[in-house]
Amino acid sequence: MSLEDDLYKEIILENYKSRKNKARIEQADLQSEGTNPSCGDDVELFIRLEGERIAQITYDGMGCSICCASANLLCEALTGRTIAEAKDIMTHYKGMLLEGEEPDFPEEISDLEAMQGVKNYPVRIKCALLPWNTVANMVSERER
Amino acid sequence: MSITKEGKPDKNTSAALNIDQIRRDFPILSEPMRGKPFVYLDNGATSLKPQCVIDEVVRYYSKIGANIHRGVYEFSETASLLYDKARENVARFINAGPDGQIIFTKGATEAVNLLGYGWGYKNITEGDEIVVSELEHHANFVPWQMLAQRKGATLKFIPVDPHDGSIVLDDLDTIITEKTKLVAISAMSNVTGYMPPVGKIIAAAKAVGAVTVVDGAQLVSHHPVDVQELDCDFLVFSSHKMLGPTGVGVLYGKSDILRYMDPFLYGGDMILKVRKDITTFQELPGRFEAGTPNIAGVLGFGRAIEYLEKIGMENIQKHERDLLEYATARADEIPELEVYGSRDLDRRGGIFSFNVAGVHPHDTGAILDQEGIAVRTGFHCAHPLIQILGVPGTTRASFYLYNTRNDIDRLMDGIERVKGVFL
Repeated sequence: MSLEDDLYKEIILENYKSRKNKARIEQADLQSEGTNPSCGDDVELFIRLEGERIAQITYDGMGCSICCASANLLCEALTGRTIAEAKDIMTHYKGMLLEGEEPDFPEEISDLEAMQGVKNYPVRIKCALLPWNTVANMVSERER
Repeated sequence: MSITKEGKPDKNTSAALNIDQIRRDFPILSEPMRGKPFVYLDNGATSLKPQCVIDEVVRYYSKIGANIHRGVYEFSETASLLYDKARENVARFINAGPDGQIIFTKGATEAVNLLGYGWGYKNITEGDEIVVSELEHHANFVPWQMLAQRKGATLKFIPVDPHDGSIVLDDLDTIITEKTKLVAISAMSNVTGYMPPVGKIIAAAKAVGAVTVVDGAQLVSHHPVDVQELDCDFLVFSSHKMLGPTGVGVLYGKSDILRYMDPFLYGGDMILKVRKDITTFQELPGRFEAGTPNIAGVLGFGRAIEYLEKIGMENIQKHERDLLEYATARADEIPELEVYGSRDLDRRGGIFSFNVAGVHPHDTGAILDQEGIAVRTGFHCAHPLIQILGVPGTTRASFYLYNTRNDIDRLMDGIERVKGVFL
């Protein structure tokens, strides 16, 4: 597999360049920052809740294409979901990258499968996981 | 040497060095990376090792094996002699002179921490001032920041010009004052290769009686250094950045100051006498080398220094200057390239830091990797400087004696591929 097949495929580059979910929510219900100190990825995630449902989720910050694409895909995938549904998707996503599980996302968020090739590049896995780990931390903090 | 892209026939020669011959001494250079001929441009992080250094490490483990300063038998005696000889090599290499000491640590980082604990905890008190520059590597920054915080001292900064990462000396006399007890400065930025006017800063520190620490991790490996000429109190550097093994660093220090410092690590080998109620310590430098050191590493380092001396540090400096000029000229042909660091190449070592406009350095590095080219990307353990430069990290190509103009051509070809994917 070439780099363009695995890492820099069109879906990833589109999500990287998309600014659709790149914004700050002023009065967010949940907010947290994630950093990869060695490579310089630094993203902040914002969630506005309506009850148990994620009404809006956005990100801001600086990062590589994999990190930013991953953040954008995350926002697309989790908007409108309940916290429980979001956790399920997050587990699934991590399993795809860390355990080599075959992805089986619902049709409307199957773009997430584009990230599967990242698992072949161990140093980039942390870029692809950073926004997801950040959201996972926010959610578990809330449940404490 | 002229800076011409067409100079292909003499690509692997240099005014100063026979590069083809040197390259044959480094076995890793013939290992393909990602299936392509390996281009190693990450010397700022660590250097490759010549066969003679690898052989020396193997020789210790296969022919000597024994600990130092302990055994009464032949192999231990041999180990001790070779260890001491390596120390002499280091002393000669930086011209430590009769008033200087060479202390082996596990790295430049440990050497700075040794000073923070051994000198700092004893001599810094509330209200004192410690001065560093804004371009420091974390290794010459965080230990001083922590010391200042724990002692209630103030950490002050020699500022950096955000345009090119050079040091601004305009207000030096308000930064280094009678309250200044210690000044710590890097002799070469690991991000931009910029070389601060260390002599002026040391002179200003001495004028107020402050102790001076120079971080030579980048400079000592690439340029000739004479500590007596430099006149700093302390100099730290590491073996692995100058062809030696990892896990060995050096603290050079003036005996007059070291003698009144507390040991940093306590344990075996650094003591003179231990009683149930009191312990006395070895003379210099032994009191700062507790426990069994990295003997194989030190022996390999001693060999690395002999190798560097044979080639000549002036020649290495000239060769890297040639590569820097060539890289700078080639970069000028690529409008999308943002290059960081002073345009005055006399103030630069062989470090070429850049970004492809709009592309995150991590992505640039990943594509270069696919082309068999090793560079460093990110913050380079210098967060404060990266923040001042206002960039999301940089891509850094750093040169050494075995690099060629061909390596830089390969880098520029790789940058074209980065543009192809992202722009």
